[in-house]
Amino acid sequence: MEETKNKVDFKSKMQKLWGLAFLIFLVIVYSIFGKGFFSYSSLQNILLASSILLIIAIGETFVMITGGIDLSVAFTMGLSTVVAAMTMKAMNQMGINAVIIVIVGFVVGIIVCIIPGFLNGLIITKFGIPPIIVTLGMYLIARGVALLLSGGFPIGKQPSLLGKIGNGYLLYYLGSKGFFWGIPPVVAQDLKRYIIQIIPYPVIFLIIILLLSHFILSRTKFGLYTYLIGGNVEAARRAGVNVNMHLTKIYILSSIFAGLAGMIYCFRYTSGTAIAGEARLFDAIAAVVIGGASITGGYGKLIPGTLIGGLTIAVLQTGLVSMGVSTYYQFLAVGIVIILAVVIDKQIPLIYGKR
Amino acid sequence: MNTILRIIEVSKRFGGLLAVDRASVDFYQGDAIGIVGDNGAGKSTLIKMISGVYEPSEGQILFNDKLISGLTPAAIRNLGIETIYQELSLADNLSAYFNIFMGREKTRKLLGLINVLDEKYMEEESKKVLSRLNINIPSLKTDVAFLSGGQRQAVAIGRTIYWNAELLIMDEPTAALGVEESDNVRSIIRKLKEDGVTVIIISHNINEIYDIADRFMVLKNGRIVSVKKKDETCVDAIISMIVSGKEI
Repeated sequence: MEETKNKVDFKSKMQKLWGLAFLIFLVIVYSIFGKGFFSYSSLQNILLASSILLIIAIGETFVMITGGIDLSVAFTMGLSTVVAAMTMKAMNQMGINAVIIVIVGFVVGIIVCIIPGFLNGLIITKFGIPPIIVTLGMYLIARGVALLLSGGFPIGKQPSLLGKIGNGYLLYYLGSKGFFWGIPPVVAQDLKRYIIQIIPYPVIFLIIILLLSHFILSRTKFGLYTYLIGGNVEAARRAGVNVNMHLTKIYILSSIFAGLAGMIYCFRYTSGTAIAGEARLFDAIAAVVIGGASITGGYGKLIPGTLIGGLTIAVLQTGLVSMGVSTYYQFLAVGIVIILAVVIDKQIPLIYGKR
Repeated sequence: MNTILRIIEVSKRFGGLLAVDRASVDFYQGDAIGIVGDNGAGKSTLIKMISGVYEPSEGQILFNDKLISGLTPAAIRNLGIETIYQELSLADNLSAYFNIFMGREKTRKLLGLINVLDEKYMEEESKKVLSRLNINIPSLKTDVAFLSGGQRQAVAIGRTIYWNAELLIMDEPTAALGVEESDNVRSIIRKLKEDGVTVIIISHNINEIYDIADRFMVLKNGRIVSVKKKDETCVDAIISMIVSGKEI
């Protein structure tokens, strides 16, 4: 029995460590061979670049732990940016106060996401149709609606406050003048390059969302039932868990996270576009898989799991750019890492023994 | 002996098929009864009517003099009737204590505001219930997937005991177990009987349950062929009744 416990502990530690070790390895390699990779601003940019991807991946982690998948997030994100941007543009043209515009835009952008999420959950649970099919259908529906609403064009003419928040930092530092909270110091043009920007707002947003989500997943009944449904859905039903209700909530949650990612997009790029999330879907799923979640459900963590998965993808992509390698190699690199992640994950129990 | 469960002229039809035909039997507190019979004899259908999965087409089921036929499985569980199915209804990806508390987790307030799982409490309580059954599982934090067959069975039984089951139905409890583990499960069942729990065991293998059962109920084609105390019969007679469908 002691031997079994030791094997289990070792396996669990290996799974946690190999992902982190690989990430550190990548950072070291790129720091040596990449130009300007290992700098404060570069590493901060990696966090910023991964913020949208990670927020989608958080929602996807909840879904994949239940044994499902949500493909619709790509265009739910786009739909949320379009609806939010349309609302804010209209309010901006009416001359409404910018703070009110930003708040209303944010809320509208999130609320609109509840619809595809609810429909996903309802159809999957009521009709027993596999999540991959339902969410693929919703991917196309959300895409169609977003394109129809936007006419296929980005929606601009947003209040300037949006960009100030989306591209702002918590703290600024200028050697001669000290620290500034929230607003950069007003200096001559030639001095601006000496201002050190510390912690972008989207990263703070990501950290808060990630910590809250991790808490819910690891400490609450909601999180436990997510794992339980992924592990043995029949046992969950027999234990009295309302599986259909829980799964519906999970898909709504996934869509809301897509909406939150959409809001970061909106704020950073001061526009809304139907295709905002298209490029992020497979990176988000890759992040969850690289982070150790099982595609059949029951396993997965946000911290360190998905966090390391997301950072690995961001580091891979940024590092290749710093080495002057063609961006097409990014697809190759991420693809190889996903397969490696799943193979290693499967091999560890075979090597160290599992019942 | 105190009668805890009464099945009175219970039948179950599925369309034209009569799966259980006018079954009547009493179950007593602290008694272990083995339900035996060939495939299709009606054993599973009978216990599913007791546990609430099926509603009887005719007849009544009384538990502690309360009519339970027609109640939901959850309501019947709450009354103190627990069922352990052959595949155990465990979540392999969760720890032993989460499995024992499945659906009835203990929570506590964090900072007076948020309900979080009280893992320490659940772990401690699980330790107590497993030691009552003389089961030793070194770490209750380990995923149940890493436990042996006998330990998994013990966790499933522990779950029913913790929630004070008065009647425990076990479907083929030793089917997937080796010799030593089957012996351990039989020891647990003996302990349960000592604690006053009534145990109904379905088994294909009469030899596996002969030692621990006090009575045997033989079913064939949905009918109760015979209910005999152990000192009124023997293994060969029971097998003969299973095959012939006639009381010996």
